[in-house]
Amino acid sequence: MRATMLSRRQQRSAKGPAGGTAAGPRSGELAERVFRIRESGIVVVLAVFIAVTAAIQPRFLNATNIQFVLIDTTVFALLALGETMVVISRNVDLSIGSVLGLSAYLSASLFGQHPGIPIPVVFLAGLGIGLACGLANGIMVAAGRVPSLVVTLATLYIIRGIDILIVGGREVVASSLPGAFLQIPKATVFGLPDLAIVIAAVVGVGAYYLRTFRSGRDLYAVGSNPEAARLAGLPVGRRVFTAFVVSGGIAGLAGVLWAAQYGTIDSTAGTGYELQVVSAVVVGGVAIFGGSGSVIGAALGALLLATISSALYVLGISPFWDQAIWGFLLILAIALDQAITVRLTSALRLRRTRHE
Amino acid sequence: MSNRTDRPPLTGMLRPALRWETGLGLVVVLVAVVGSSVSSQFFTGNNLFNLGLSNGEIAIMTLPMTLIIISGEIDLSVASMLGMASALLGVLWSHHWPMPAIFVTVAVVGLAAGAVNGLLVTRLRLPSLAVTIGTLALYRGIATILLGPNTVANFPAAYTNLGVNGVPGTGGDVTYSTLIFVVLAAVFGVVLHATPAGRSIFAMGDSAEAAQFSGIRVKRIKTALFMVSGLVCSLAGVLYTFRLDTAVQNNGLGLELDVVAIVLLAGVSIFGGKGSIAGVVLAVLAFAGIQNALLLTNFNQEASGIVTGALLLASVFLPNAARWLRGSPWASRARALAPRQTRAPSP
Repeated sequence: MRATMLSRRQQRSAKGPAGGTAAGPRSGELAERVFRIRESGIVVVLAVFIAVTAAIQPRFLNATNIQFVLIDTTVFALLALGETMVVISRNVDLSIGSVLGLSAYLSASLFGQHPGIPIPVVFLAGLGIGLACGLANGIMVAAGRVPSLVVTLATLYIIRGIDILIVGGREVVASSLPGAFLQIPKATVFGLPDLAIVIAAVVGVGAYYLRTFRSGRDLYAVGSNPEAARLAGLPVGRRVFTAFVVSGGIAGLAGVLWAAQYGTIDSTAGTGYELQVVSAVVVGGVAIFGGSGSVIGAALGALLLATISSALYVLGISPFWDQAIWGFLLILAIALDQAITVRLTSALRLRRTRHE
Repeated sequence: MSNRTDRPPLTGMLRPALRWETGLGLVVVLVAVVGSSVSSQFFTGNNLFNLGLSNGEIAIMTLPMTLIIISGEIDLSVASMLGMASALLGVLWSHHWPMPAIFVTVAVVGLAAGAVNGLLVTRLRLPSLAVTIGTLALYRGIATILLGPNTVANFPAAYTNLGVNGVPGTGGDVTYSTLIFVVLAAVFGVVLHATPAGRSIFAMGDSAEAAQFSGIRVKRIKTALFMVSGLVCSLAGVLYTFRLDTAVQNNGLGLELDVVAIVLLAGVSIFGGKGSIAGVVLAVLAFAGIQNALLLTNFNQEASGIVTGALLLASVFLPNAARWLRGSPWASRARALAPRQTRAPSP
């Protein structure tokens, strides 16, 4: 996977008049095939899942239910976008659930403290809170050079603790929030939730960025081999720092959306969400030890997990089965990913020996 | 003192003082002093009983986690295995199984759950971080399937008494879970620090490949470690259930993070190959003491995570800071003395 991504980049940069034609098509083909395997795998699973569920219970495909699934996916997919950037760089951000909770409470309580405050200002506040948390994570991981798992596990506790100290036993209730704010997740265009369209666009932009921009490609290089990236002169610390800041900022925004969606926010909002998001990212084909995967895959992973929950509900299967099925799928996805990687590595090795 | 000549004087004397465990020991003393000064209740038998009771299961689960992390892996499913054991215990009891049969079943299921983790990690070569996030969901999911929204209570008083009474002969101040922790800590300590298997665990944590080539059965030992983790977490699940006299599907939810935090606080390297049971015991004491002191001072108990998190950050930053502070002369001498790891030159 990593090798194909690199060769793809070389191919692109070596688009000179004479260079690269000999190896070009073949490695391009291979890369194409792998990309198709990665994301099409999930699409196929998703399609089969939807088809089977709809065949048993046609109600699954009615407009209301589709809207529910999409709205459930939005916050999830957004968080998965930030987490993907972090995971690709061979790090992990476990603090997003706590950041979401803190941002959700603080931003939503602004409506009560400053009646008539414009909604965009509230979103900016959420973004600011998230950026601050991401900044702290990023500085510690990138400048302190300590493992991100430990740092973000610590900030998971600390940010949640701060949240609990601020919130205490209080909660923000829906009646204190303006109607226009609560309408945000409910607004639809042609039956599709506005929010889902916006998030899809954001994910698209994220995917384009990671695939084409130098700083995006750097993240893959850093995740594939941090030492090699450093020796190659890439600004490893800065890239990792940026990934954490983006992840924090996104978690802050997601907190405001969470508030709009649920209306009631206490100090437990978003507890345990980090592991669900990591699950979605891994199910979406992003390697947990960095270097490969895509934002679109992660978003599809989020969609798949939300679809499964909804399907179980529609099929009348007890929601108590949700988690076990999630866990099983997650392990399956990891094993599948491993099998693909192993096969690909041996294919590449074979190709190399044949050509040298 | 006799070896002063063949050692650099200062490092020779300072090295034991700079050990992580010594620092932790100081933290524990500090916690005890602060705890007893903020509340006269801190050192009462009743409070120590509560301290042992509320941290017993977490403490027990840190032991297998320590070995797993030293071996270079991680097990995030520990709290879910606790929950699954608790749910199984509840379901079987509500079906009127005899207790001994329940215990055997719970133990076997715990071993099997650990074996699944271990085999996925060693045979399929999947990263343990990802696998155990998966089984974290899976095992908690099984607990949820087993119990649904139900609560099982009314376990026989002979068992639930362990949440009320202490071990006889200790004045009733030492809980059964504390006793189990002490015994297990001794066993794990001996295995880790005084047996070939323990040395193998350190070796594979340093480099699984080198360990493999030197004839250590890496896969077998790692699988065994995950199985031990499953068994010990099941035991913790049983203790948890009896202590609260309640089996619900979310028993012990989220405890895995506490367990990992304590183990890292103990100076166990997240990359494997480094750590000690003595450190873990001290870290457990520090963690439990802080939680308890905060409880006595009416600090919002749920926010005590701030302290845990701060300690965790300190545990990763202090060694770095110490390295910077120690500066060049000692550091360079220590480096000259230490066996060099040669890095392959880059092409």
